[in-house]
Amino acid sequence: MGKLSVNLCGIELNNPVIPASGTFGFGYEFAELYDINELGTFSFKGTTKDPRFGNPTPRIAECPNGMINAVGLQNPGVDKVISQELPKLAKCFHKPVMANVSGFSVEDYAYTCEKLDKEDQVGWLEVNISCPNVHGGGMSFGTQPEAAAEVTRAVKAVTTKPVIIKLSPNVTDIVSIAKACEDAGADGISLINTLLGMRIDLRSRKPVIANKMGGFSGSAIFPVAVRMVYQVAQAVKIPVVGMGGVSSAEDVIEMMLAGATAVEIGAANLVNPYICRDIIRSLPEVMAKYRINSLEEIIGGVK
Amino acid sequence: MKQSIFEVRSNTALTDCVYKMVLSGDTSAITAPGQFVNIKLDGLFLRRPISVCDYDEATLTIVYKVVGKGTEVLSRMSGGEKLDILTGLGNGYDLTKAGEKPVLLGGGVGVPPMYNLAKKLLAQGKKVSVILGFNTKSEIFYEEEFKKLGCDVTVTTVDGSYGVKGFVTTALENMEYTYFYTCGPEPMLKAVHKASKTSGQMSFEERMGCGFGACMGCSCKTLTGYKRICKEGPVMEKEEIAWEN
Repeated sequence: MGKLSVNLCGIELNNPVIPASGTFGFGYEFAELYDINELGTFSFKGTTKDPRFGNPTPRIAECPNGMINAVGLQNPGVDKVISQELPKLAKCFHKPVMANVSGFSVEDYAYTCEKLDKEDQVGWLEVNISCPNVHGGGMSFGTQPEAAAEVTRAVKAVTTKPVIIKLSPNVTDIVSIAKACEDAGADGISLINTLLGMRIDLRSRKPVIANKMGGFSGSAIFPVAVRMVYQVAQAVKIPVVGMGGVSSAEDVIEMMLAGATAVEIGAANLVNPYICRDIIRSLPEVMAKYRINSLEEIIGGVK
Repeated sequence: MKQSIFEVRSNTALTDCVYKMVLSGDTSAITAPGQFVNIKLDGLFLRRPISVCDYDEATLTIVYKVVGKGTEVLSRMSGGEKLDILTGLGNGYDLTKAGEKPVLLGGGVGVPPMYNLAKKLLAQGKKVSVILGFNTKSEIFYEEEFKKLGCDVTVTTVDGSYGVKGFVTTALENMEYTYFYTCGPEPMLKAVHKASKTSGQMSFEERMGCGFGACMGCSCKTLTGYKRICKEGPVMEKEEIAWEN
């Protein structure tokens, strides 16, 4: 059987499959369905300094081969994540987890990351500078190289664990932003967050989403994601975590060939709660079909 | 929650846009009336949440109105076809609070979840009154089904073309009851909330991403904190509801 394990910023993963933030909660809903220790790891629900309800509903819209969400970073705030969610997670998940962090100022990011960095359960910090659903924050840090670098430096200054910066595809030059993060000390880059999208209801002649626009995800965006992962992986030396529309073992392999060290799976979890487990279980067979002995060997295989 | 494959047994029109579909499959995850299922349909990305009308060990009945692409696809299905369904979603109604004489109020496609609830309450020896509200006579369905169960049934129509003219709350005014259960469009729930003389439970609807608590797509604010319609709901207690306007 082929070798599935990969090394992400110094931490060994049994396999490269990682449920993406916002599609897997804090894990325990899925732990009722299967042993989530089968996963490489998972990225937990985007956490901010203060509790957030998020945006008004409707927050969800159907799209061809995908969906739009405008949840708006609903989460109980970092203190409750540490005091309530992490202890619950500890009962069903025994591997290092990826802590996903969002903020509205450089200080917010540093504050939340510093707190989560001290938690033993946390393996990596995934810093989301790319949420399209909150105003005056999130994505604005991910659209300017200097702002992205500033967040990276501030987080690196107060943390000890690997820092992975999660980038937005809603930019003209993603490579310059990735490089700015690398230069500022980032240990890894993850991409892509959702593409800004919109749907309009023909009967009401109003946007389907209460917040008008939202993040478009699902298999429809996979080719865009592969392209951007490839561009960034060609330009940086640090590991890249690829995501965006991944929904099969073949997609995982394609992402890795484009340059991803590990692969996150998002929207597909909402449709098939077993998808990550199923992909992990089918990887050996698909690897054999394409004569792949070790996933680690194919990372960035396409030049 | 359970993911399993169901087979369509029948799919029949009850009115010009309301259909009844009977499916066979594993219903073991369904634990209470008022829960819903989430159905994967060909050509659509997200599953479609539909309330459970009735169920037994091996059969699931849903009654749905064609309102969009998902329900349109559903309405074209026929016996023998297979569907991938997540079952046992949501909290469902709490039967322990019913008292001796509960009243059930269903409005339009809010009627179906009242059916299994009525069945369960009757099985506990309760005297069950049901008020079914529709816009007009041609939209009425399930009146006979509730009567056959042994419920005291009142039908209301907004235009007065059948039964009591008015809303479900019109019929509720002169009724004696110990508790209420309701499901229907939000303006109706609000009216029931205001008109009811007892405590009760109401079921809410929202566009959902996953239907099982992972995505926070269907959150709402209540007087007891933030809740996910799909997980801590869809049924809420009258006392915890915070109307937004």
